Amino acid sequence: MIYADNAATTKMSKAAIDVMCTLMNSCWGNPSSLYTHGQKAKEVLEKAREEVASVIGAGAREIIFTSGGSEADNQAILSAAAIGKRKGKLHIVSTAFEHHAVLHTLEKFKKEGFEVTLVDVHEDGLVRPEEVEKAIREDTCLVSVMYANNEIGTIQPIRQIGEICRRAKVLFHVDAVQAVGHIPVNVEDDNIDMLSASAHKFHGPKGVGFLYMKKGIPVKNLIEGGAQERGRRAGTENVPGIAAMAEALKEAVRDLDKNAALISAKRDRLIAGLKEIPHSAVNGDEEHRLPGNVNFCFEGIEGESLLLLLDDKGICASSGSACTSGSLDPSHVLLAIGRVHDVAHGSLRLSINEEITDEEVEYVIKSVKEVVEYLRGFSPIWRDLVNGKKEFIL
Amino acid sequence: MALYSEKVMDHFRNPRNVGVIEDADGIGEVGNAKCGDIMKMYLKIEDDIVKDVKFETFGCGSAIASSSMATEMIKGQPLSEVRKLTNKAVAEALDGLPDYKMHCSVLAEEAIKSALEDYQKKTGKEIE
Repeated sequence: MIYADNAATTKMSKAAIDVMCTLMNSCWGNPSSLYTHGQKAKEVLEKAREEVASVIGAGAREIIFTSGGSEADNQAILSAAAIGKRKGKLHIVSTAFEHHAVLHTLEKFKKEGFEVTLVDVHEDGLVRPEEVEKAIREDTCLVSVMYANNEIGTIQPIRQIGEICRRAKVLFHVDAVQAVGHIPVNVEDDNIDMLSASAHKFHGPKGVGFLYMKKGIPVKNLIEGGAQERGRRAGTENVPGIAAMAEALKEAVRDLDKNAALISAKRDRLIAGLKEIPHSAVNGDEEHRLPGNVNFCFEGIEGESLLLLLDDKGICASSGSACTSGSLDPSHVLLAIGRVHDVAHGSLRLSINEEITDEEVEYVIKSVKEVVEYLRGFSPIWRDLVNGKKEFIL
Repeated sequence: MALYSEKVMDHFRNPRNVGVIEDADGIGEVGNAKCGDIMKMYLKIEDDIVKDVKFETFGCGSAIASSSMATEMIKGQPLSEVRKLTNKAVAEALDGLPDYKMHCSVLAEEAIKSALEDYQKKTGKEIE
């Protein structure tokens, strides 16, 4: 099996599994208990907090452990909206291609009277800081922009947007789920007030993540019921999962530069190889891009059938086609960068990690070429395009 | 559990009756690229019987499988039977489709009906 869907989830690192298993065996006490067995778990928890905090340049008290990226996104927006409400500021700035954990939460607040401005992400999938600046108003309480897009991998000018937010005294939330552990992220340097991350995107376990909340920002609870996380997130802490996340993160950042260079080279070979397919196009800017992200549209075919046939060849990938999203519309990300429906249905995302070999990269290129050609062979759209009855878009 | 039944995967992997009939007596095309599914059916009809049928499909796995299965179900059949083909029968023959994929079987039914209409229009013949 060639696993090329690391943006969906990653395989856990051996070190993280070891930490998790060891703790489940020996350190299963409740961190809130006063006896030694519980306090040992508390120590593990706080050590993990310090480790996670130090990786992103935060203080330990600024980290809230959550069930993952979606919960962190929800809590960040909820907290900012509560502050906005108190101050009579009911305007939020975000982008059209955020993860649904952000977009759906914003929709919820629209129903409560908030106004939301989604700035353009342009054909290259990059937010323009000056457009964020223009969108900020007197009554803006929050700017939320993702660090790197989960589908097309484009890395946003977070530092510049953060500077603008600091100057305008507006809270800045960054969904960094795809970035943390893959590219350098530092909340101080990047002027970030709130940041969401998820362990299973960097070889940690599923069901664990964290929210960074800059000191002094009042936090609103999503889950009530206890004093855990200093009263900011109730529920007995998932100590083994949290410690495994810290372990995976330490490992990811230790080898970050080396891995990023290695993966980028393979990504570039994949992009070059797939560009040889006629009437195809890369989605998103090629330069400001996550090391492992490859995203293409192939005209005349549909993404789900492409994925199923790649699966038959042992390749795990994903697509932004409607059929893979369970709705009639293709990916909102591809539509946001201006891909029309016809073409957006024929998209393919490969998200690789350092484990893929050069031979496997060549095999993936060969396989995608074969499958695209095969599917085009009995596609009525492709026939119309080739016969000149319809005009090629790509 | 797998997304699709083994029958769906079989028809998706080895679609029957793929292609074009150049001198087709009836052609039906349904769906649109915006929604991600287009099906095109070509019928060759002799003595009110479907002598040959071919299809082309742009779409997901279940769309391709539904087209393939539908062509198998109507090949060699009298038009009076062909016009009675329902999407349910196609889905059942495939050992079922996930709920949100049932529209693929509807497309197969519609594509065949559209091809029959085209045949009627071209020949002026009524189908009993």
